Amino acid sequence: MLKLIASRLLQMLLIMVVVSLLLFLIFDSDKFKKQIAVAELGGFAVSALSEQDYEAWLEKKGLNVAFYERYAKWASGVAHGNLGRSFEKNEPVLSLVAERLTNTGILAFWVFALMIPLSLGLGIVAGMKEGSKRDRVVSFVAVFTTSLPEIATAIIVTVVFALGLRWVPANSSMVNGWDWRQLVLPVMTLVLYDFGYVARMTRASMAEVMTSQYIRTAVLKGLPYRRVIMRHALRNALIAPFTIIVLQLNWLLSGVVVVEVFFQYAGFGKLLLDAALFGDVYVIQAATLVAVCVAVVSQIISDVGYTLLNPRIRFG
Amino acid sequence: MEIPVLECRNLSISYYTRQGEVPAVVDFNLRLMPGEAHGIVGESGCGKSTVALAIMNYMGRNGAIVGGEILFEGRDMRTMSAEELRQIRGAKIAMVYQEPMASLNPSMKIAEQLAEVPMYHEGIGEAEALRRAEKMLVQVRLPDPQRIMNSYPHQISGGQQQRVVIAMALLSNPRLLLLDEPTTALDVTVEAGIVDLIKEIARTTGTSLIYISHNLGLILETCTRLTVMYSGEAVESGDIHAVFDEMRHPYTRGLFNSIPLPGADKNSRPLVAIRGQLPLPHARPAGCYFAPRCDHFAAGVCDHRPLPMRAVAEGASHAVRCARFAEIDWAAATLPHTPREKVLAGELVLSVEELTKHYTVESSGAFLVGARRTVKANEQISFAAREAETVAIVGESGCGKSTFAKVLMGLEDATSGRVQLGDLDLANLPVQSRNERTIARLQMIFQNPFDTLNPSHTVGAQISRVIRKFGVERDPEKVEARLNQLLDIIKLPREFAHRRPRQLSGGQKQRIGIARAFAGDPKVVIADEPVSALDVSVQAAVTGLLMDIQRDNRTTLLFISHDLSVVRYLADRVVVMYLGRIMEKGSTEEIFAPPYHPYTEALLAAVPIADTSVRKRRIVLSGEIPSPSNPPKGCPFNTRCLYMMAGTCDAIPPPQREFAAGHVIACHLPRETLLAMEPVISIAPA
Ligand code: SF4
Ligand code: SF4
Repeated sequence: MLKLIASRLLQMLLIMVVVSLLLFLIFDSDKFKKQIAVAELGGFAVSALSEQDYEAWLEKKGLNVAFYERYAKWASGVAHGNLGRSFEKNEPVLSLVAERLTNTGILAFWVFALMIPLSLGLGIVAGMKEGSKRDRVVSFVAVFTTSLPEIATAIIVTVVFALGLRWVPANSSMVNGWDWRQLVLPVMTLVLYDFGYVARMTRASMAEVMTSQYIRTAVLKGLPYRRVIMRHALRNALIAPFTIIVLQLNWLLSGVVVVEVFFQYAGFGKLLLDAALFGDVYVIQAATLVAVCVAVVSQIISDVGYTLLNPRIRFG
Repeated sequence: MEIPVLECRNLSISYYTRQGEVPAVVDFNLRLMPGEAHGIVGESGCGKSTVALAIMNYMGRNGAIVGGEILFEGRDMRTMSAEELRQIRGAKIAMVYQEPMASLNPSMKIAEQLAEVPMYHEGIGEAEALRRAEKMLVQVRLPDPQRIMNSYPHQISGGQQQRVVIAMALLSNPRLLLLDEPTTALDVTVEAGIVDLIKEIARTTGTSLIYISHNLGLILETCTRLTVMYSGEAVESGDIHAVFDEMRHPYTRGLFNSIPLPGADKNSRPLVAIRGQLPLPHARPAGCYFAPRCDHFAAGVCDHRPLPMRAVAEGASHAVRCARFAEIDWAAATLPHTPREKVLAGELVLSVEELTKHYTVESSGAFLVGARRTVKANEQISFAAREAETVAIVGESGCGKSTFAKVLMGLEDATSGRVQLGDLDLANLPVQSRNERTIARLQMIFQNPFDTLNPSHTVGAQISRVIRKFGVERDPEKVEARLNQLLDIIKLPREFAHRRPRQLSGGQKQRIGIARAFAGDPKVVIADEPVSALDVSVQAAVTGLLMDIQRDNRTTLLFISHDLSVVRYLADRVVVMYLGRIMEKGSTEEIFAPPYHPYTEALLAAVPIADTSVRKRRIVLSGEIPSPSNPPKGCPFNTRCLYMMAGTCDAIPPPQREFAAGHVIACHLPRETLLAMEPVISIAPA
């Protein structure tokens, strides 16, 4: 087990190195350098710039040295906890990423807090009796909400709750300070999009457990139905959804760009998108490292959790 | 008058599928008095397990009782509420299942799974329930009950799991115990222990039993009455001795003729298979369901209904569902014997010398880095096989017989030793570096024909490919001719060449497996449990066929099996293995008569025999088969041997004692002791 975790972490480092190198290589092209200049100085100013002045600008930004030198410098910076400065916002990348991560974290927390009980509950209720009316209703709703793209859900909830009923604001940029009401729509959109998937997995897992021979044994032992479900079925049925839920962490980090941008929510996904459009290489690098890290850590959590939940593997 | 514990009256059960209603059980009657043990026997698909689940009122969403009634202690179970049913299940009627591992909850400790039975049925406290559970584990003779209580199901062996399930069933003193093939998944020596336990339970607790099995021998050992089922209905029922000695239904007769009883012999008294196959539920004939396979069929008599169960004599409890039972001359109907000449063995074809195969496996602890262990799958195996000879390799799980087959086939390398096929050493010649001719000379028939046939090609194409590949024929016309010839040999219609594997029944697939193995004119065929996945009546047909082809081609057959009855019937010589080592080898007569190796003796005593005139000595081994990755020191059998001599058997590997040319027993017991052993099986004078 320790061996597994160690190898996963090593794998993570390797991915980080490869990905960051690749990104550096891509953003080292003249085209991207120019793009940064355009974004900073304005298109007209850049075209008016003489070759020399452009060189000077590059030097000022530290963009004129060979890419491997920059990479080495950046890498040693990262090792010392310095992620560089953002070109676009002219802020230390570290604090920028930290702030956005917190925002996305808050979003993710509420999505999880609502989605987990909802999807597990519905999935279990549906899977308890495969083919029952309840099962068919839940399955239909789950398929329906999941098959709608996030953007469509976002538009629908905005039209209904913000523009129609006027219960909550449509914009979540929180320019005038923190406001929980602005969080409602993005959370709602994400929960609607995601719960169906987890609920269906839970349902499938529960349905499979309910047809297993040990459930038959439990029923034929004369246990009350409640006990059969709560003690015999649940634990086995939750093993598979658990791993899936942990893996959703990943999706919530970078898969929510659409929702964050749509609601103007200053989160991690939006940061990534802005940086990519601007060519803000240090921000992209830092964000990518965080994303890889979260991906690997959630994978490890899900593996370890799976082992702990499953005595057959725990005491192999 | 005493009330029966259970009574099924004209019970009919159907399943509802997309094709409509499928009757699974029709007009089933059973009367079980207190303390009685009733067997239900039949082949797969006969409806015997459906009856058990119907008694439990557990038929899934698409099954239903469509007629008749089930009375438990005089009360109709169909009218009971869910709560009443719950109070009966597990308390008054308990069940033991075929697969102990699957029937225990993998994520709950044994202690909790046991304790909840009395807690929910009798409302006693947890401490008291746990105490009762532990006491019950002692009663089902599990060693170290404390440890078992604290284990998860996968941490104990299959035999122990089944004892746990039995303990669970007995915890609340049920009036009726339903056993659905309780030992089918277990090794014979372990099975013998469980059967012994079940008999003891029946004797000491007065619980009534319903024992469901496909094995007539097991039913004879455990029951006093039985019902034989065929295609969803009872065809014969009565007192066990009446049915076994004077069976009055052609199907029952057919079943007995197709199982290898001690008197059967492949030359003087060959088995007779039941021809044809079980009709599908919606394709049952109009009259007697057995009619298409029956030798006594008479038009106008057998082809219409009703066809009730009738007593064989006025007032007798022995009843059959056959329109002609009274007219059939049962004495004359005994076996149409066609004795055959014994085949003489020829040249030495295959010789194995000191073959050893070790594996290293990494055992993975939860959070620890795994330790390496060596599994000694085969230790110094030596034997020889001649042309046209059948050598059986017998043993239970973990004995290394399948590993041995893999090494021979070149699927695994030998660790040391030699395997000589003709003039070729195969021990370290992996299958990739064997040439076509070598591969063709050594072919294999697998236990599960389903896994080895390619589902997307017709069986004809698959056999033709083998014919071409091994260079038997190349010319398309000749390939075709050879294919047809093979189909004729395996007694399948030639049109079958165009079928795909899923369109064939299990027995037909195994025939194709045989045709494929023989397509390249092999010198040696290894058959790894070729019939153990098939029903008894089909088994007889497939073994018969295998022996015919072998006889005609003078092929050497290595028959790997756990079933001593089949082995006695068809083998010329036998090798008995235990935990990777040869315990005893010799001719079939030598193996089945004293002197025995203590393991052979126990194995012989463990095999249930469906013959009321056979007497067996009672030898029940304790304990389980140790793991091959951690075999006992000295003699591998010493942990279970009844003759075990401490200080010798558990320290020094036993010597090979030769009793006759080729009859070798590996045991520390003195010659005289071995020679003085009594026969395990004797046939009582009728
Ligand atoms: S009723 Fe006829 S066909 Fe059926 S078993 Fe009896 S003799 Fe055979
Ligand atoms: S050597 Fe000892 S333990 Fe092994 S079979 Fe002989 S008597 Fe039993």
